[in-house]
Amino acid sequence: MMAWHHATAGERRLLPEARLGGPMPWVIAIMLFLTVLAAAAGLGLRQAATHLRSGLADQITIQIVEGDHVERERQATAAMHELDRLAGIGKHRRVDSSELEALLAPWLGDSFTRGEIPIPAMIDVTLAPGGADRIDAIGEALKSVAPAVRISSHAQWLKPIEALIGTLLWLALALVLLMAAATAFTVVLAARAALDTHRETIDVMHLLGATDGQIARLFQRRIATDAMIGGLIGFSGAVVVVLILSQRIESVGSELFGAISLTTAAWIGLLALPLAGTILAMATARLTILGTLERIL
Amino acid sequence: MGGIVQFENVGLRYGTGAETLSDVSFDLAMGSFTFLTGPSGAGKTSLLRLLYLAQRPSRGLIRLFGEDIVTLPRARMPAYRRRIGVVFQDFRLIPYLSAYDNVALPLRVAGVEERDLDTPVREMLDWVGLTGRSNARPATLSGGEQQRVAIARAVIARPEILVADEPTGNVDPEMAKRLLYLFEALNKLGTTVVVATHDVHLLAGVPAAMQMRLERGRVTNPVESGRYPSSGPHGLAT
Ligand SMILES: Nc1ncnc2c1ncn2[C@@H]1O[C@H](COP(=O)(O)OP(=O)(O)OP(=O)(O)O)[C@@H](O)[C@H]1O
Ligand SMILES: [Mg+2]
Repeated sequence: MMAWHHATAGERRLLPEARLGGPMPWVIAIMLFLTVLAAAAGLGLRQAATHLRSGLADQITIQIVEGDHVERERQATAAMHELDRLAGIGKHRRVDSSELEALLAPWLGDSFTRGEIPIPAMIDVTLAPGGADRIDAIGEALKSVAPAVRISSHAQWLKPIEALIGTLLWLALALVLLMAAATAFTVVLAARAALDTHRETIDVMHLLGATDGQIARLFQRRIATDAMIGGLIGFSGAVVVVLILSQRIESVGSELFGAISLTTAAWIGLLALPLAGTILAMATARLTILGTLERIL
Repeated sequence: MGGIVQFENVGLRYGTGAETLSDVSFDLAMGSFTFLTGPSGAGKTSLLRLLYLAQRPSRGLIRLFGEDIVTLPRARMPAYRRRIGVVFQDFRLIPYLSAYDNVALPLRVAGVEERDLDTPVREMLDWVGLTGRSNARPATLSGGEQQRVAIARAVIARPEILVADEPTGNVDPEMAKRLLYLFEALNKLGTTVVVATHDVHLLAGVPAAMQMRLERGRVTNPVESGRYPSSGPHGLAT
């Protein structure tokens, strides 16, 4: 038996091959444009989330907030020693004062370099695997040797951002699904309209012994072609927009924004969308047509 | 042995009105040639529609090729329909297909390869006198030409049963004779032929043919299957 999607050369001549008939391809083009944008946003954000997590989640910063210079140095040294023997610590490094000055200069001017403004001592710590669970214990231990210690874990301020990204991801997924549903409904309407238009032809073909499958194949071929053309138009438009946007994001140069990028896998995923759209359109058309034909003798 | 077409107490009612066909019973032998006559509105087309599986009866039993087709599942209908050729009273040509493609339709539906259908289609078009018109759309053909395309389409696949509803209504007597000869030739090859007609000249053209008359949905002269040879084509005058 012939594959359900394949029409022979002869069968193809049974219905006139109308290209871009009606608004169907354009509706699908718009749907696909929006779908690709939503999916690109989703994939980009997911990449950003992964990047943030791997890059920052295991980082903590220890500050020693102490006005007195001598006491601050003492506590900093004590904290460094304590970190050497604590479990769960990967790497730790005292951020030296020239580095801090360079960081703060744009905001505070160079007055503090003359010692006018006390700035905390800072230690960057990369936690060992599993270290994140020991943050509280590490804090206790440090406090006992250096009371002025303040710990800020990056994971802590990442949490709300991660939650936001998570919500946006779900939103993107919901949009993609809604768009797919809207596409399917459009195809249902288009298929019904096509069947109505060609009702007389269908009746005659039935009486000449055509099977529902043969008749469905004729229509679904046309609808799939329309969907594919519309899909490619929508996809191309969306790709242009995504490329322009990613260029803009790059030029912003922020670490958070910069992490929003599309991997090769993500691009392949996007490329699959017009294909999935075509398959969805074809399957929907086939089910609609077979369902409708079922009601004709 | 029963005939190739058997009707037993068949009734047909469209909607809720009176029955269009009532208590129709007859039996057509394989290879027979039958004229179905009767006044306009008697139910000839309705009866033929039951015969070519366009409609299920409201009651009664219909057997085609020995099989009960009243309860035949939808999915099995195409196979039966391919064994029946139909000339519709209103032709029902596909408007956007050329004469050639309309005639080729039953062969394409049956899955005949493109390279195998050109010769029979051209021969058939020659037969009905449309050699030069094979690329014409139905709308550009005269009524008689359309009718000939419809006939060519009905017989091209060598059906076991040929059903023709007023097949000569739109052609001149000369062409009517020629078309009737085509039906007879097919009949001699074993096809069971049923022709609904008003045309008395047509009746005279096949003297050996059976006549079945319908009046107000009832058969007034029941056909006995015993009057036909139960196998092989019916002998016809040429
Ligand atoms: N689809 C339908 N719905 C309702 N009534 C119908 C339908 N088709 C036919 N009829 C009615 O059934 C009766 C028989 O019609 P039919 O077409 O079978 O007659 P006929 O013998 O073929 O007539 P003619 O010689 O004019 O072709 C008519 O009264 C007609 O109005
Ligand atoms: Mg009629």
